Amino acid sequence: MKVNVKIKRFNPEADKRPYWSEYSLDVRETDRVLDVINQIKWEMDGSLSYRRSCAHGICGSDAMLINGVNRLACKILVKDLGAEISVEPIRGLPVLKDLIVDMEPFFDSYKAVLPFFINEDPEPPTERYQSPEDREIFDATTKCILCAACTTSCPVFWTNGRYIGPAAIVNAHRFIFDSRDHGADERLQIMNQSNGLWRCRTAYNCTEACPRDIPITKAIEEVKRELLWRRA
Amino acid sequence: MSRAHKYDVIVVGAGGAGLMAARYAAQNPNVTVAVISKLYPTRSHTGAAQGGVGAALGNVTEDYPEWHAFDTVKGGDYLTDQDVAEMFAYDVIESVIELEHMGLPFSRTPEGKIAQRKFGGHTREFGKSAVERACYAADRTGHMILQTLYQQSIKDNVIFFNEFHVLDILMVDGECRGVVAYELATGELHTFQAKSTIIASGGNGRMFKVTSNAHALTGDLQSVVYRRGIPIEDPEFYQFHPTGLYKIGVLLTEGARGEGGILRNKDGERFMERYAPTIKDLAPRDMVSRSMYLEIREGRGAGPDNDYILLDLTHIDGHIIEERLPDITEFARIYLGVDPIREPVPVQPTAHYAMGGIPTTIDTNVIMDGQNTIVPGLYAAGEVACASLHGANRLGTNSLGDLIVFGRRAGRFASKYAEKRDFPDLPSDAQDFSRNLLDKALNGSGTEKVATIRKELQNTMMDNASVFRTDELLGKQIEIVKELQERYKQIGVEDKGKQYNTELMEALELGFLLDNAEQLVYAAFNRKESRGAHSHEDYKDRDDENWLKHTLVYKADKGVQIDYKPVTLGKYEPKPRVY
Repeated sequence: MKVNVKIKRFNPEADKRPYWSEYSLDVRETDRVLDVINQIKWEMDGSLSYRRSCAHGICGSDAMLINGVNRLACKILVKDLGAEISVEPIRGLPVLKDLIVDMEPFFDSYKAVLPFFINEDPEPPTERYQSPEDREIFDATTKCILCAACTTSCPVFWTNGRYIGPAAIVNAHRFIFDSRDHGADERLQIMNQSNGLWRCRTAYNCTEACPRDIPITKAIEEVKRELLWRRA
Repeated sequence: MSRAHKYDVIVVGAGGAGLMAARYAAQNPNVTVAVISKLYPTRSHTGAAQGGVGAALGNVTEDYPEWHAFDTVKGGDYLTDQDVAEMFAYDVIESVIELEHMGLPFSRTPEGKIAQRKFGGHTREFGKSAVERACYAADRTGHMILQTLYQQSIKDNVIFFNEFHVLDILMVDGECRGVVAYELATGELHTFQAKSTIIASGGNGRMFKVTSNAHALTGDLQSVVYRRGIPIEDPEFYQFHPTGLYKIGVLLTEGARGEGGILRNKDGERFMERYAPTIKDLAPRDMVSRSMYLEIREGRGAGPDNDYILLDLTHIDGHIIEERLPDITEFARIYLGVDPIREPVPVQPTAHYAMGGIPTTIDTNVIMDGQNTIVPGLYAAGEVACASLHGANRLGTNSLGDLIVFGRRAGRFASKYAEKRDFPDLPSDAQDFSRNLLDKALNGSGTEKVATIRKELQNTMMDNASVFRTDELLGKQIEIVKELQERYKQIGVEDKGKQYNTELMEALELGFLLDNAEQLVYAAFNRKESRGAHSHEDYKDRDDENWLKHTLVYKADKGVQIDYKPVTLGKYEPKPRVY
């Protein structure tokens, strides 16, 4: 089928401001948007720049604003969008070139929540035991692929780039609710700071944007409640 | 940023092996460590591994490392070095426990232990029946390994150079003194001086049309070292995973069959009963992929063109599928519009894993030749390397095991070596080779297009050098690869910019990929037998008398040269491989 694709472009070496490029091409309905973008790059315009790697929604490289919604380009098919497709970089992070944004501020927020296992007890000779029920509590938040689709769909983040954002809270949740981990107090204190989780206004954009179907707003609420209970 | 860097240990690649190597190197307080990665670390393809990591924990049923070692050797069609397999089967147990101690959220048994499930070729009592050996975290075990190791690297303050593309290794007087890398963000070349260099940059599946591999997997370092005179071992053994999504190749884990999934032909027949009567659908991947091709060739493929096989999960409880196989269920729904709970999924073999690679000793030292001559200062681990663990066919789950076991060893041995050595001098022309590569791609005539050559390579490799091979097809493919290499000299790129020139990067990657194809087809043409994943229709039997040996492929002035390295045998005598 024929599609018209509009892509927001910006080359820092040549352009003062972003502009739209339009392409018209034949694709299959079952193509991923990433396939379409690849086809444009490989056959029509080699300079088009974007990140991609695994092409099936696991590596988190290709989060983009597609027809106004944050998605992974490799996880949305042409037939689900129709013949008019628009692609822009995700919002709230500095654009470096075309669809490539500076991910450093995003990873800095992630790193700020101590996103690693903390348990200084002596290690047992076998695995640490954990019941399937305890494991289930934080199952959803272990799925995060750090694609930034959630954080860059958050209106609070758009207006305040220092807000740690949903992705960082999701990763804090993954450890706070892990029965084996001992770092919850420290992480909750970080969450409680001025640009921490109280900035969340439950807009639900993050939950809708997540390509891994993590119930992000629910996870954020769980962390909020945990913080209140521990204070009480 | 300064463009000359100096670290005791440099790790190239930030997937499972690279991150594990960096962690272990950094545990030595006397050395400095940095990781160079073409991608952000969490984008590495370790994250796409699904089904599990095999270790004889015995959490579900009785199991022993001896059984695991035997299965690995038999799975590798006896081309596996047996000392490596034995070390591995013990070491991987410790490594899995260590991952759990790092916080990896494994799925759990009712008692709270690491959950385990069945996987292809893993058996109890030396082949009697399938055994639960694959330790898993739903069907995202690789994702959890990658995330856990990256999390640890944050805790350990590991230094990363992300989106740096390594174009050359610095070899002086037969030893490795570092690497040269291209910074994607700025277009600048950087020199990394190192006492030890660990290569952990992953596979090369993008030489085939249908593959489970990421776009990034273009065998860069397999080519970089080859251009510097280091051979590649056993590249003819390339694994096709039986269950890739029809046409697009996205992986559906073997764990689906471990949970009871069945492969059926168009008549609904469970055809694996005919090919592997004992373990059926859980036979090793080379056998299952061949059986699928034979079914299709004999007209029993499903679909309008009779060209796929059906993976049937419909008899399994839907809750179990959602709980243990959520990701692959979603892949089938999104990409094929098929719900595995209700209908069988169209699948076909997909290019998946290189058993061969940069030859190393059991201690991850890169070697030069069939006499195990070590290249000082150079180490390799993970899919890019060939420690001869997987032989002619890798068992499912042993790739994740490989990453953690050999990544750890590489980190330990490389840091120990760096500790007792001074920084060696670099040549003044260190960047010339890389500069020349860039200039050629940027200033080429442009009469040939990168995407066209790449597509022709992928199509012809799939047709002529994939699951079944003949002298005629391989001979033809050698000529095709030569022709594509000639045409590659005429490529050009439209984008002449310095920042994020991804077009230039793809051009460089294609150059590397062509070398990988060359290695594979020459070695495959040369091996006149069938063994493991190398199934040769003109020589249908395994020939231990003449071919129980490893291939080493070199790039020499007068063309491609082939040499051999003996297989390390042990207590498991080569026997006919039946399951």
